[in-house]
Amino acid sequence: MVVFCSTGCGSTAVLKRPKTDDALCKNCFFWAFETEVHHTITSTKMFQPGQLVAIGASGGKDSTVLAYVLKHLNEKYNYGLKLVLLSIDEGITGYRDDSLESVKRNQEEYNIPLTVLSYKDLYGWTMDDIVKQVGRKNNCTFCGVFRRQALDRGAVLLKCDIIATGHNADDVAETILMNLLRGDIARLQRCTFHITGSDGSLPRVKPFKYAYEKEIVLYAYFKKLDYFATECVYAPDAYRGHARALVKDLEALRSTSIIDIIHAGEQLAIKDGVKLPKQGLCSSCGYVSSNIICKACVLLEGLNRGRPKLAIGKSNKALAELLAERLQNAASIKTTIQDQF
Amino acid sequence: MNSELEITLNFSGGAELLFGKIKLHTVKLPSQETWCMKKLLVWIKENLLKERPELFLQGGTVRPGILVLVNNADWELVGQLDYNLQNKDEIVFISTLHGG
Repeated sequence: MVVFCSTGCGSTAVLKRPKTDDALCKNCFFWAFETEVHHTITSTKMFQPGQLVAIGASGGKDSTVLAYVLKHLNEKYNYGLKLVLLSIDEGITGYRDDSLESVKRNQEEYNIPLTVLSYKDLYGWTMDDIVKQVGRKNNCTFCGVFRRQALDRGAVLLKCDIIATGHNADDVAETILMNLLRGDIARLQRCTFHITGSDGSLPRVKPFKYAYEKEIVLYAYFKKLDYFATECVYAPDAYRGHARALVKDLEALRSTSIIDIIHAGEQLAIKDGVKLPKQGLCSSCGYVSSNIICKACVLLEGLNRGRPKLAIGKSNKALAELLAERLQNAASIKTTIQDQF
Repeated sequence: MNSELEITLNFSGGAELLFGKIKLHTVKLPSQETWCMKKLLVWIKENLLKERPELFLQGGTVRPGILVLVNNADWELVGQLDYNLQNKDEIVFISTLHGG
């Protein structure tokens, strides 16, 4: 049984689009996918001409397709952007070796310069070292917190204006559900924004915010783009895993579910008078934080003191302990100074 | 008439990790019977799958998030579980559940 392309172009269809249920041929699919990403970029004024864009590149499917599509659209529609690839090496033996090879191939094939920064360079610790200290239960907390800042730090180092990540519609839907289940109102609101972190840190954008994972994977498949898929050797984030399974199960029942969750998330408004944590800057490292000291600094402090579990769980307790200690230090310095004069 | 159906199976996107890290498998199935995808999935589970079957199959079909292509086309276009295999068919399984 041959199904023809819904556009009437006469070619044989190769996929059913999850968002619209249209059956499309290869070329009409490429056109539809790229045009939708272009629309996401232009309708939200994601980029400004002349910007240097750091593409967060893991060598996986999303960032590989992002690098390819951004390069293509930048040339086709004259965005006037300069693109660079930025990869983070967490320092997990065997995990990044192959995916970094894949990013290096991206660099050569798409002719986009690449910089690789390691956790060791940025924080003085590899994930392997951290796992030795904290065990396999809480290591994802460290990895996730460090990765978020690593892209920021790397992009600042490269003098970039903006960071683009390969987060897709499935990821956004998953994050909305997670924040809802956790009652994290501030993040629930933020996670649907097209652009985040513009005050204080570098702005971040998600050009694939409305692109289904299925379409990204099939785009890579039909374009024969080379990417690497692997599982982290350390325990995966269990909570996100459940949210992910839920999103995938809902998609199997009704494929518009993913885009519906995103639309619902975008329409949520916070009642007047609800107190939200204020976004400030970390007093230790200067990055955006809703606390006086950011999570990465608290985690790092714990590691460096040989008390890695300090900041896991109730981080307020750890923060209070850290602050109390600093106050005490300040007080003792004050006493010393007073004694001297 | 051939007494065997020759089918190529290709596991990628991380799905190959459940099959001893081997991506390409050429298999022969007795052709006296009709082979629909539903039956093939059970056969794969019993004959090829090396570990964690719940990461590949759930409720009689592939786990949500694994894409299936029949001769380079989305299996949603050809009837999914009800598609009847033909000699020399190429079936591709791509996991979307691994790191990206």
